[in-house]
Amino acid sequence: MALLQHGALQPNNWRFVGDDAAIPVDEPVTVSLKRWQAEGESLRGRNAPVGVRLKNDEAPQALGQDVHRLSLIEVEFPKFTDGRAFSQARILRDKLGYKGELRGIGTILRDQYLYMTRCGIDSVELPEDKSIDGYLAALKEFSAWYQPASDGRLTVIELRHPANANARRGGAPVVTASVAAHSA
Amino acid sequence: MYRYDEFDATIVRERVEQFRGQVARRLAGELTEDQFRPLRLKNGLYLQLHAYMLRIAIPYGVLSSRQVRKLAYIARRYDRGFGHFTTRQNIQFHWPQLPEVPDILQHLADVEMHAIQTSGNCIRNVTADQFAGVAADEVEDPRIWAEIVRQWSTFHPEFSYLPRKFKIAVTGAQDDRAAIRTHDIGLRLVKNDAGETGFEVWVGGGLGRTPILAVRCRAFLPKQHLLSYLEAILRTYNLLGRRDNIYKARIKILVQATGGEKFAQMVEEEWEKIKDGPLHLPQAEVDRIHRYFAPPAYETLPDIDPAFETAKLEHPEFARWARVNLVKHQVPGYAIVNIALKSEGGVPGDASADQMDLLAEVADAFSLGEVRITHHQNVVLPYVRKRDLFALWQRLKPAKLATSNLGFISDIIACPGLDYCNLANARSIPVAQRLSRHFGDPRKLDEIGELRLNISGCINACGHHHVGHIGILGVDKQGQEFYQVTVGGSSKEDASLGKIVGAAFSEDDIVPAIDTIINTYLANRTDRSERFLDYVRRAGVDPFKEALYGSAPARRTAAE
Ligand code: HEM
Ligand code: SF4
Repeated sequence: MALLQHGALQPNNWRFVGDDAAIPVDEPVTVSLKRWQAEGESLRGRNAPVGVRLKNDEAPQALGQDVHRLSLIEVEFPKFTDGRAFSQARILRDKLGYKGELRGIGTILRDQYLYMTRCGIDSVELPEDKSIDGYLAALKEFSAWYQPASDGRLTVIELRHPANANARRGGAPVVTASVAAHSA
Repeated sequence: MYRYDEFDATIVRERVEQFRGQVARRLAGELTEDQFRPLRLKNGLYLQLHAYMLRIAIPYGVLSSRQVRKLAYIARRYDRGFGHFTTRQNIQFHWPQLPEVPDILQHLADVEMHAIQTSGNCIRNVTADQFAGVAADEVEDPRIWAEIVRQWSTFHPEFSYLPRKFKIAVTGAQDDRAAIRTHDIGLRLVKNDAGETGFEVWVGGGLGRTPILAVRCRAFLPKQHLLSYLEAILRTYNLLGRRDNIYKARIKILVQATGGEKFAQMVEEEWEKIKDGPLHLPQAEVDRIHRYFAPPAYETLPDIDPAFETAKLEHPEFARWARVNLVKHQVPGYAIVNIALKSEGGVPGDASADQMDLLAEVADAFSLGEVRITHHQNVVLPYVRKRDLFALWQRLKPAKLATSNLGFISDIIACPGLDYCNLANARSIPVAQRLSRHFGDPRKLDEIGELRLNISGCINACGHHHVGHIGILGVDKQGQEFYQVTVGGSSKEDASLGKIVGAAFSEDDIVPAIDTIINTYLANRTDRSERFLDYVRRAGVDPFKEALYGSAPARRTAAE
């Protein structure tokens, strides 16, 4: 699988290692939450980055402050209709303050890609031969946002009331540009 | 009423273009029907028995005359000259062609309307009291909050793929006309001891196969925290709601399984962490939305209008309409007018394009250009001067829009049933038509008094049969259409679920069975002040069982 990240398809050099398989010494790997909880110390002792693959029904809060020690967290979209990972992603970003790479894996459809990015997911796994044009186009389908999410985009309410937003965002000036300019 | 600013307009316009692209991909074969399905459902497009059905949102039931005219245009141009108003303040067109749907959406966008999130497992069109802003018993106007919720829930990136659909209703009055306890979340504006207004929050209501009334999740929520509290409920549900079984996926099942108190506690914990974050509502935004719902420039009028009084004396039929279909207004000299889309032998909730044009016309002439749609599938004119009532009635009558049966047995809620719906067990519309004819005599209606009769064609309960004073449910018995009857339901502040009277009735037996139920009530009520619902609550189902099945219910049990 390849990665869609920063607007382009990139090679993926991460590997998920099952609970019973041996961990390679110098390769970036993700492991299950369970394995991380059991072997976190030794995993961090390696020379290569480590990440966790969260299952759909696992609470991100279980990682606690460990999130700051991880280089990658993967959340799963087992099928189109299962939206739990959207909430998991928001908890990781907004509540736990996770700053590292947050990756969506599983069924990644272009029609959900925009929402994934809004929830703080910054890379997704796609088949190597997949055309990414549709995904990139999907990001441009909207230019105004009603609700705050994990992407820091200005909301419609903030654009309507810039003074308010200034205060909330700690004084950083909010540009009251038109919607069109905002999207550019 | 609310008007779009540049942001609202942009979002709706971009949605039309996005959907146009999705339809094009489907027509070009880039998307299979399976892949297209969840996409079209997010935009209210169902595949039904004969054709596609497009469900259009009428947020909290408010329409301008311009919007009504546009609906009439769509009915003529893209449908067979009809529209169907639903129990969720939506309108459905049953015959659009897929390639034309993006154009219909463009027409809607031109008048600030859309079909966004009218189906699918997301937060659906927000509903509210149809008398908002004019009801005499109102604590505060729910439309402001319904609009705030509409905007927040539109394309919510986190809550667009929930375990199941999610419905929110808001009321601001004592008398619950929004049926908040049958919703996933019900919001009621209340005053606390300090005299501040806030929300009482109810959660976990829903009908369908497992009807459950919502439980109270919070007694008082300060208004500026509305969105963070909703977000806390939705996040808890999105993560924990069941996804393994579609019949157990609604929030009501989660709330029941967790326990109301425990669930409320989980929500509270989540909410504590986010309540002072970016969802905290700035007063400036509340004020901005509030301004759109400022009361119109009412005239100072005497509450008793002599011309109106005279017309009633001279025209008994008008007097009856006025007695039955008018509701007390906040402002002296004005009335709230209910227009029942329940003509004798008609299809509940259906309006023809001509009727819609007439509604727009009378709204302009008599009601400041505004109409409302109710969850009882009727229409409301919210701002009519009493002195105009007679002229209004004269315009409505020839168009079959002056039926005087609001709140009576022939003011039936009915889902589309087997005539349109591929999930149906039985037809609902013909039963509603036969009942409305059977109980067509106004004297009979008056004698029976207040009575809510609701019909669903299957267990999905689109016709709210569980909360009808009398409920009729279509069931399938060896390939035959049968009807199960419940009594004692209510969707109001005294909400309750109906109890089954016994074995189901055949198509031929259903109208006589309802007649028997009514006669049992009439023969046994203490007096006229004991409404049907009161009687059922006092006497239970036994008198009905006795009357319907006697001591030998054998014939009907055979069909069970
Ligand atoms: C004709 C196509 C329709 C289809 C395929 C359809 C499908 C469904 C389904 C599957 C449910 C059950 C969902 C659940 O319990 O989780 C449901 C419930 C419901 N539908 Fe429909 N429906 C249709 C039309 C309508 C119409 C015309 C109305 C309004 C008159 C309506 C209003 C409702 C309401 C109020 C509920 C109950 C909500 C609840 O359980 O809380 N639907 N519908
Ligand atoms: S209650 Fe059943 S028959 Fe009626 S519209 Fe809903 S799904 Fe169809």
